[in-house]
Amino acid sequence: MEEVIKNILERFGNREIKYKDKDMWTFYPDKEYFFDFVDYIKDYGEFDILLDITAVDYLEWTKEKKDRFEMVYHFLSLKYNIRIRVKYTLKKDEKGLTLTSYYKNANWLEREVYDMYGIVFEGHPDMRRILMYDEFKGFPLRKDYPLKKRQPRIKGLNDD
Amino acid sequence: MIKLEKQSENNLILNIGPSHPAMHGTIRIVAEVDGEKIVNSDVEIGYLHRGFEKTAEYKTYHKIIPYTDRLNYTSPLINNHGFVLAVEKLLGVEIPERAQIIRVIMDEMARITDHLIDVAAMINETGAITVLLYMMEAREYFWDVFEHTTGARMTTSYIRIGGVKADVPENFRELSEYAIKKTRKILKEVDKLISKNAIFLKRTRGVGIISKEDALSYGFTGPLLRATGILYDIRKFVPYSIYHRVDFEIPLGENGDVYDRYWVRMQEMEQSMRIIEQALDLLDKTNPEKIQSEDINPNEAIKKVKNGETVPLKKIKLSPNLEGMEDNHHKKIYAKDKRFVPPSKQSVFNSIEGLVHQFLFVMEGYGIRPPVGEVYSFVEGGNGELGFYLVSDGSDTPYKLHVRAPSFHLMSSLSQMIKGHYIADVIPIFGSINMIGGETDR
Repeated sequence: MEEVIKNILERFGNREIKYKDKDMWTFYPDKEYFFDFVDYIKDYGEFDILLDITAVDYLEWTKEKKDRFEMVYHFLSLKYNIRIRVKYTLKKDEKGLTLTSYYKNANWLEREVYDMYGIVFEGHPDMRRILMYDEFKGFPLRKDYPLKKRQPRIKGLNDD
Repeated sequence: MIKLEKQSENNLILNIGPSHPAMHGTIRIVAEVDGEKIVNSDVEIGYLHRGFEKTAEYKTYHKIIPYTDRLNYTSPLINNHGFVLAVEKLLGVEIPERAQIIRVIMDEMARITDHLIDVAAMINETGAITVLLYMMEAREYFWDVFEHTTGARMTTSYIRIGGVKADVPENFRELSEYAIKKTRKILKEVDKLISKNAIFLKRTRGVGIISKEDALSYGFTGPLLRATGILYDIRKFVPYSIYHRVDFEIPLGENGDVYDRYWVRMQEMEQSMRIIEQALDLLDKTNPEKIQSEDINPNEAIKKVKNGETVPLKKIKLSPNLEGMEDNHHKKIYAKDKRFVPPSKQSVFNSIEGLVHQFLFVMEGYGIRPPVGEVYSFVEGGNGELGFYLVSDGSDTPYKLHVRAPSFHLMSSLSQMIKGHYIADVIPIFGSINMIGGETDR
C-alpha cells in the first residue's frame, strides 16, 4: 500500500470512512467531512489535479441503494502518480458541495452535473446550464427522463 | 445563456462565433472590449451536444464503439482504444501481443494526425496558409494507412473489445514507412518555415500564458500541461498496452504560451514516429504463419453446380472485404476468452457452432455482460487524459458512461487565457487549445 493512502486512511479511518480497493482506491467520506477530506488530500497528498466530477442516478438500480444520487470525484496526484476516487451520496433534492474554491475547473464540471442531473451546488458562483440551452425542461441524464422525449422548438429572436 | 456584466459603460460587447471560420468546433465567445483589449469574456459551449452519454446507456457495449469515433474526430482510434480499455478492465480480458502492438501503432498515427490538424489550423489562422496545405498532405499519407487497415478514413471503429477488427494488410510496413518518411520531410520544411519566423514568433510568444499552478487547477493534461513545463505523460507514468516496451522522450515547454504548445506538439509528432518505427519491428516478430489456402470461392462453386459438375467438399473462401479475419489471423488479434470476442468469420460460415456463437454474440441481452462494478480507465489522448468512467449493473448495456473529455477542461480556462490580450490574439490562443466540439460537448 502506498504511503499516501495509508496516511489518508490513518487520518480519516477513525471517522468510519468506508474504503475499498478495486480498480483504484475509493473513499466514502461522510458529507460533513468532505471539505476536511479535500483539504487534507490537496495539502498533504498533493492531489493537485481534479480529473473529473460526475454523478450517477441510482433510480433504476436493482440492488439496494439508500440515496438517489451519488457524486463521483476523481483526483490525481502528480507527485505520487496515484489516482483516487471520492464519493458521497445525495437524496433527491439535496444540494451538492462545491469545490470551486479548491479547483478552478470545478466551476464548469459542476455546471455540467447541474445541467445533466439537476443537482444544485451550494455556494457555486455561476449555477447555470452549460451544454443544454436555457429553455430546456428537465435534466436529460436522469433515469426518469425518456430517451426519445421531444421538446418544442424555442422561439428565435425574430419570431413573433 | 451568456452572462456578462459590463465593467465600464464605455466598453463594447463583441460577439465571436458560434459560426465563425476560426471558431472551428462551434463555440461562442462574448467579449467585453476596451478598444482592442479584452477586459472580460464569457465562453459558451454545447452547440455540438448530441447526448452521447444518454445514448450509450441504451446501447450494447459493441454498439457504443462507433459513437466514440465521433468524440474527438481528429484522432478516432485513440477514442476507440480508451473506451475498449475501460470495458476490458471491467471484464478482465487479456489481449494478445499482436493486437496490442497494432493498437499502439494506430494510436500513435492518430496522435500525429491530431497534432497535424491542430498545428496546421493554428498557423493558418495566424496567416501562414502554406503550412496548412503541407500538413494536410502529411495527414493524407496517414489516412491512407488508416484506409487500408480499418476500411475508413475518419470513422474507423477499428479497435474492438478483446482485440482489433482485422489484422493489418500485407503491405502495412511499406505504407507506414512511406507515410513516416514523407511526414518527416514535411515537418522539417514546416520547422524551417515557421519555428524561427519573426511574424509567427511575435504572434505567439508570450501570448496566452498560463502558469503551472493555474494549469493544474484547471485540470490541464497532455500537450498543454507539458508546455508549461510539468512532466506528465500517461504513456510513461502509467503505461498501458506496450508503451513500456518502446523508447521515447517527452518534450517539455517552459513558458506555457502558444509558441510552446506549438513546439511541444511538433516534437511529439517526431516521438510518435519513433514509437511507430519500434512497434513495427515488434509487429514483425508476431506475424501469423501463412496458410496455403485451398478454400473454394462461392461464385465458382455455384457456376460449377449450374453446369452440372460435382463440387468437392471444401471450406468456403472469405470475401476480400473480410481480409485479415481468417482463422490464422483471428488467433493473433483477438483474446482467447471466447465469451468476449466474436468468432472467426471462417467458423461462422463453415460450422453451426460458429454461427450460433455469432448470433448469441450480437443479440441484445446476450452479448458482453460485464460483472457489476465501476471502472475509470484512461489513455493519453491527443489533447490530454481521455478517461471513461463506466458503471455496470451486470446487463449488456452500461448503467452509466461518462467521458472525461480533455478539451472540456482546457476550454474552461479560455476566458482567463484571453483576458488582457488583443482581439487578434484570441484566434491563435483558441487554436492552440485544439478544442474539438465532438469531445467537449459530447
